[in-house]
Amino acid sequence: MFKSCVIGLGKMGISHCAIVNTHPLLDLVTVCDTSSFVLDVFKRYSAVRCYTDYKEMFQNEELDCVFVATPTKFHFDIVKSALDKGLHVFCEKPFSLHVDEGKELVDLSLKRGVVNQVGYHNRFIGTFNYFKKLIEAGILGNVYHFVGEAYGPVVTRKKGGTWRSKGSEGGGCLFDYASHVINLIEFILGDIKSVDGTQLKKIYSSGVEDAVYSALILENGVSGNLSVNWSDETYRKMSTQITAIGTEGKIISDAQEIRIYSKKGNEKFGLEKGWTIKYITDLTDNVDFYLRGEEYSAQVDNFAKSMESEASHNKSSFESALNTDRVIEKLNNYQTQ
Amino acid sequence: MDKVLFGDNQFFAVNHLSDEKSRAQAIRFKTDEAIISVLDSAIDLGINTFMCTTHDRIANICDHMRNNPERYKGFKIYPCMPYAHKYVNAVTELGIIGTLKEYLPGNIFSTFAKGGLAFAKKDVIKMMELLIDAEMKMFKGIDTPVIFIQNVLTDMILGMGMKDIFVEYHNYIIKKYNAEPGYITMNLPLLLDVLEESGIKNPIICSSINKIGFRMSGGMDIYEKTLAEREFRPIAMQVLAAGAIRPNEAIEYLGKFPRIESVLFGASSQGHIRETKELIENHLT
Repeated sequence: MFKSCVIGLGKMGISHCAIVNTHPLLDLVTVCDTSSFVLDVFKRYSAVRCYTDYKEMFQNEELDCVFVATPTKFHFDIVKSALDKGLHVFCEKPFSLHVDEGKELVDLSLKRGVVNQVGYHNRFIGTFNYFKKLIEAGILGNVYHFVGEAYGPVVTRKKGGTWRSKGSEGGGCLFDYASHVINLIEFILGDIKSVDGTQLKKIYSSGVEDAVYSALILENGVSGNLSVNWSDETYRKMSTQITAIGTEGKIISDAQEIRIYSKKGNEKFGLEKGWTIKYITDLTDNVDFYLRGEEYSAQVDNFAKSMESEASHNKSSFESALNTDRVIEKLNNYQTQ
Repeated sequence: MDKVLFGDNQFFAVNHLSDEKSRAQAIRFKTDEAIISVLDSAIDLGINTFMCTTHDRIANICDHMRNNPERYKGFKIYPCMPYAHKYVNAVTELGIIGTLKEYLPGNIFSTFAKGGLAFAKKDVIKMMELLIDAEMKMFKGIDTPVIFIQNVLTDMILGMGMKDIFVEYHNYIIKKYNAEPGYITMNLPLLLDVLEESGIKNPIICSSINKIGFRMSGGMDIYEKTLAEREFRPIAMQVLAAGAIRPNEAIEYLGKFPRIESVLFGASSQGHIRETKELIENHLT
C-alpha cells in the first residue's frame, strides 16, 4: 500500500480523503491543513495524523505520495517540496498560477521520474472518453469548428471575500470553471494555439470575472468558441458541454449523454445514419467506492495504478495541465492588452 | 415503511441522463402548484409517503400540507438532508468555514471559534445538531417517521472512516425527533459493515439497486449477496437506472430479493405513477 497524505482540506481535499481512504492500494496516513476547525474534526473522528505545517509533515512522515488540494497559489511551493522528497504527486486543478513555475514543476517531476497527475476529472468521464475515441477514428470527417461550454450557479449575487474572489490567488471563473473546459477541449480535440476576442466579464464579483467568452484556434487549425459562466442560476450544478462539427457529422456531449449525428453511420462504433444517443449508463464502469461521480474515484485509481505499474498510462499529467495554464495565461493577457 | 415511496428528483430538475430533460422539468415544475398537483395524483393512487430532500421549495409544500390537514391526513414525509448542491455551491464560493457561518443560526459559529480555541468533540456534535434542526424546521407539524442523510454526506463520512458521526446522528434523530434514522448511500456493502461495527443494528439503507448494476459500487455480486444474506432494511432507488431499463423488467428484478421493503421512484404523469406503483405491489412480496 502507498502511504498517502492530503494537504488542504476543502471540498476537494475532503473528497480525496474519502476516496484515498477506501482505495485498496492507498493508505491515508496523514492530513494537513491550516484551519483548526476541519483539522479538529479529523483529530476527533479519524485515525489519521494531523499537521498544520506540510514541511514538518514531510520531515516526520514516511510517505509515498501526496494529494495537494490547497488554494492554487500554494501549489508551487508544496508540489516542489514533495518532488524534492521524491514523492508521487496528485495536484488539484488549476495546476499553477504562473506558467514558468508550472514548467519548473513539470521538469522536476520528469527528472525525479515520479507519477504526476492533475485533478482534471472530466478526462475520466465515459461520454468524453467516447467522444475522444470517435474524433480519433475520424467519425466527423474534417472537424472545422467546436464549442466548449460550462455553466453553473456559484456566484449569483454580490458578495465574496475568500481566495476564490481574488484573481491573483487563482480565484475567478477562468481558473475555476473555464480551466475544466479548456483542458477538456485539449483532451478531445487537440492543443489550443491562440485566443482572440476574449471577454472576461464581471457580473456580480468585483475582484474577478464571473464569465469567460473567447474565440480559440487549435494547433491543427480548427476554430472554436469558449463560453463559460459561473453566475448562471438556470443550472442546478456545474454543467459542461462540448460540441464539435465536421464534414461527416456532429457530436454534442455532456457528462451524462453523448449525441452523435453521422451522415453515413459507422458499423464499428454502432452508429446509425443520423442520430445515435448513448448514455453514461452505457459508457461508465462501476467504481469500488463512489462519491459524487465515478470520475473522482477513477482519477485516483488511475494515479494509484500508475504508481503500481509503469505500464499504466497517466491520463492527466502535469504537462497536459501546464498546457491549460498556458491558455489561461493567454486569455488573461488578451484582456489586459 | 410503505412498499411505495414517492421521490422528488423530477420536481427539482434532477435527471441522471440528460441536462435537456432536467431543463424541461425545471420549466414544468416552475410553480409549487405544479408539484402539489402531481403529489395529489400520487395520493389519489394510494401513495402515502413522499421522500424528499430539504430543498427550499419543499418548505412551501409543507406549508400547503399544514394548511390542508384533511387532504393530507395520514400522509408522511421522509426528509433527506441536506440538499447537497446548496452546500457544494456555497463551499466553492465561501469555503467550509464561510459556509458554516452562512448556514448556522445567529453567531453560533463565532461563539464556538472564540479565542481560536480548538473545537471540542461536543462542539462538533452541537454544530451537527444545529444543522439538522435548521434543515428539519420546515417539517414542523408533519409526520416524519424516517429521516435520512443524503448519499453525498453519508459516503463522505463513510469514506473518511468517521463512524462515530453516524452514531451521534443516529442517536440524535431518535432522541430529538422520535424518528428512525435512515442512510442513503452509493456504497451499500461497505456502509452496512461500518454501521454494524458501530453497533447500529438492522439499519434502514436506501441505495441503487437495479438490473444493470448502475451506481452499485463494488459490483453487482456483492450487492446481491448483501441483499440475500445480511440483516438490514433495504430501500431500492435508481431501479430504472435513470431510464436505461424498462419498468417491468426493472421491478421484476427487485422481486428476487424478498428483504427489500420499499422502492423509491419519481414520475411526473399519473399514468407512469400508476404503472410503477402496480408493478411494485405485484413484484415485491
